[in-house]
Amino acid sequence: MKRIAITVNGARREAEVEPRELLVYFLREGLGLNGTVVGCDTSSCGACTVLLDGESVKSCTLLAVQADGREVTTIEGLAENGRLHPVQQAFHEHHGLQCGYCTPGMVMATVSLLQEHPDPSEDEIRHLLEGNLCRCTGYQNIVKAVRAAATA
Amino acid sequence: MAVTEERKTYVGEPVARKEDARLLTGQTRWVDNLSAQGMVWMAVVRSPFAHARIRSVDVSAAGDAEGVIAAFSGADLREEWAAGLPCAWPCTTDIRTPDHWPLAPDKARFAGDGVAVVVAETRALAKDAAALVDVDYDPLDAVTDVEAAVAEGAPLVHDEFPDNGCYTWSLQAGEVDRLFSEAAVTVKERYRQQRLIPNAIEPRAVLAEPTPATGGITLYSATQIPHILRTTLSMVTGIPEAKLRIVAPDVGGGFGSKLNVYAEEALALALARRLGRPIKWVEERSENYLATIHGRDVVQEIELAADAEGRISAVRVRLLAAMGAYLQLVTPGIPILGAYIYSGAYDVQGYDFECRGVFTHTTPTDAYRGAGRPEATYAIERAMDALAREVGKDPVEIRRLNFITEFPATIASGLEIDSGDFHGALDKALGMVGYDELRSEQASRRDRGDRMQLGVGLSTYVEMCGLAPSRVLRALKYVAGGWDAAEVRCLPTGTVQVIIGTSPHGQGHVTTFSQIVADRLGVDVDDVEVVHGDTMVAPLGMDTYGSRSLAVGGVALWHATEKIVTKARTLAAHELEVAEEDLEYENGRFTVRGTDRSLSVAEAALHAWTGHNLPDGMEPGLEATHVYDPPNFSWPGGAHICVVEVDTETGAVHLRRYVAVDDVGTVINPMVVDGQVHGGVAQGIGQALFEEALYDEGGNLTTGSMLSYIIPSAAELIDLEVDRVEAPSPTNPMGVKGVGETGTIASTAAVVNAVVDALSPYGVTDVDMPAKPERVWRAIQEGGAR
Repeated sequence: MKRIAITVNGARREAEVEPRELLVYFLREGLGLNGTVVGCDTSSCGACTVLLDGESVKSCTLLAVQADGREVTTIEGLAENGRLHPVQQAFHEHHGLQCGYCTPGMVMATVSLLQEHPDPSEDEIRHLLEGNLCRCTGYQNIVKAVRAAATA
Repeated sequence: MAVTEERKTYVGEPVARKEDARLLTGQTRWVDNLSAQGMVWMAVVRSPFAHARIRSVDVSAAGDAEGVIAAFSGADLREEWAAGLPCAWPCTTDIRTPDHWPLAPDKARFAGDGVAVVVAETRALAKDAAALVDVDYDPLDAVTDVEAAVAEGAPLVHDEFPDNGCYTWSLQAGEVDRLFSEAAVTVKERYRQQRLIPNAIEPRAVLAEPTPATGGITLYSATQIPHILRTTLSMVTGIPEAKLRIVAPDVGGGFGSKLNVYAEEALALALARRLGRPIKWVEERSENYLATIHGRDVVQEIELAADAEGRISAVRVRLLAAMGAYLQLVTPGIPILGAYIYSGAYDVQGYDFECRGVFTHTTPTDAYRGAGRPEATYAIERAMDALAREVGKDPVEIRRLNFITEFPATIASGLEIDSGDFHGALDKALGMVGYDELRSEQASRRDRGDRMQLGVGLSTYVEMCGLAPSRVLRALKYVAGGWDAAEVRCLPTGTVQVIIGTSPHGQGHVTTFSQIVADRLGVDVDDVEVVHGDTMVAPLGMDTYGSRSLAVGGVALWHATEKIVTKARTLAAHELEVAEEDLEYENGRFTVRGTDRSLSVAEAALHAWTGHNLPDGMEPGLEATHVYDPPNFSWPGGAHICVVEVDTETGAVHLRRYVAVDDVGTVINPMVVDGQVHGGVAQGIGQALFEEALYDEGGNLTTGSMLSYIIPSAAELIDLEVDRVEAPSPTNPMGVKGVGETGTIASTAAVVNAVVDALSPYGVTDVDMPAKPERVWRAIQEGGAR
């Protein structure tokens, strides 16, 4: 077991973890933050995307110990004072989600995307979201939501 | 004067979804988010061989491992089962139905077949211990290809079923042989529907929570069908149905893959009963690829008989359909769901259909979005283009020549299409896409020998969904009914609780159904609470699949609101001391004609609750349940047009435009309907261009993860242009039809027709799905022209 300290959604969290424990399971089962979900074993689907020091990472590809001393933001940490983050709001208004399982990862990936590319074209959005799979929406309204969030 | 209240109406409006707030903020209840006191984890040991005799299973090392509570072989658990896993659609009287136990006791029949199970304190320890189970296999020859499986001397999936045959189902109407012999033109085509992996992004998961003192068990499952599970799992486990509660909490997509009764659901229940502890299992993606049903895997032959102009007189179809190793819930019935519509949207007299179901050493096939109807539509729509080539007509012209134009229309297979507007949909789609301009651009690209060739593909479809009048299902040998139910409860403080029998997993029922109730009862959409997916609170229902939720469950809800209005009217007349005929009902309020005296449904609900002044004999309370059995299938239709550019040097297919014009009857929420079309078309494009499950000669799934099985990402898809024509269904009071599967049903043919059209100067008349660059490039090389 190894002792780690991670700042998650602004709060410092300390814990003993198995060295093999993935960050996503530490968040879900260690901290009870189960908004972040697991969709595949191969870092393909992106459902588990969170922000690590502000940048999107797939939390199933990272060990919890690798996040030691760093800052993690999850879907639970996005809305402030009960008000949806502009990306969340845009997904709602443009029907960018159906079953909602890919949504936490898709939203976190979008937050990161817009930080790096504040005014992306539709084509850029499609390529920048390549690492997040959705089986419900055909991405059409996700792309629309990302464009809307960029201009919000 | 009656009071005219300004009230917003909701039906037809793109009301933003009530479901979203939780899903967007991580306040979700996926099964994997749930836990219970004393919960332990299950892991399933799966056969690495496609076909092997199980000589012995030694679970002792696993049982001794850290944190392990128990470990069992299939033979150990054989006595747990009151029945095997069910097949609810034995589609012929002589169908061969093999035993299907939750764990294989003596023989593994596909790579991934469960052979042992381990229960341990944590997810990781269960997985560790599963690796310690020692299974002594005697590997046997396997056959994974459906045509190879019916060849002489093929390895048998079940020794007792020679030639791997499961059933032969046929349907004949009209003088087909005569029509073919008299035909001026015939075309015969052969297509392959590759095997697909559904890939709901949420893997399956179960949590079985027992109450040992009462014998009751609650099963939380990532399922589309909590009600069907309750009945069937009671039969499998012997747990009395009344003691079994099934909860489908938040469910992350299904597409048919969660329309099943799975081994892990039965195992979790049996182990919870046996060990007296909550049992949890969460599927890994690689496990999902092996142990959750696959779709399609059919070899199709279709023949059209036509006159010299291209007017079709008869259609003949022969299918070889892979069942996989066992029959899951509706495996044999999937081809039958397409069997009635291989004549498409066309006026045909003769019809001859035959399907052979065949066992192979593969994951069982079953319902995948569209289930039988994408296959049928692909075959007829590809064959229509072949016929157009044969008689020298444009694909638009050949379709117009053959469309059914008058409704209701009895089609060749004997069913009745209630309504449609095939010409209208095609006109609109052609206008949107700019068909004539595209044909000129195509001609000039061809003339100048452009490396990038343009292709335009049509798919003008009709489909049958809603599944279906119960009497018809009986005739089809499906063992359950086709009804659904809804309950409306007007609460004394003015809000309305709605309990539905459908079980949404992304479709937006909470919002759509709230819109229906809000308009019918004159309440705000946010004052309607929709409850679903728990057999304890919503005991009556048939769940969600086959595009049935609105067309059956939504109509049940409409009728339940009608009962509410009827009772409230009696109550209002009594309260206002007038005759019922003197009341007008509008926007949730009964007004005495010619006066300003009125009573709202909400006020009636309060009177009904106090019971202080009810008409003689009236029961207190304002609530109603309706169970609706539809009189016909639901018949959506429309026209899809795909435009592609094919790089003739690399074989790469680039989507340029995609236009979808659908008739899905009356639309309750256009935003939700558009979303259904987008998602369905995306999956159809996936089949047409990217997706394919492959086995090697040993029977191993070589596309065993998302790295090797290509699900389209945003980068592979384009913005779809979606519009509608409306031919409301006359068979229900709202005029609604199903929409969930139209996208997969229509799209594969449109895409492949476009690819073939682009390459017609090269003599290409067929490209197998998925039309990957290598396959397209080879087709160009082998085409011969230029």
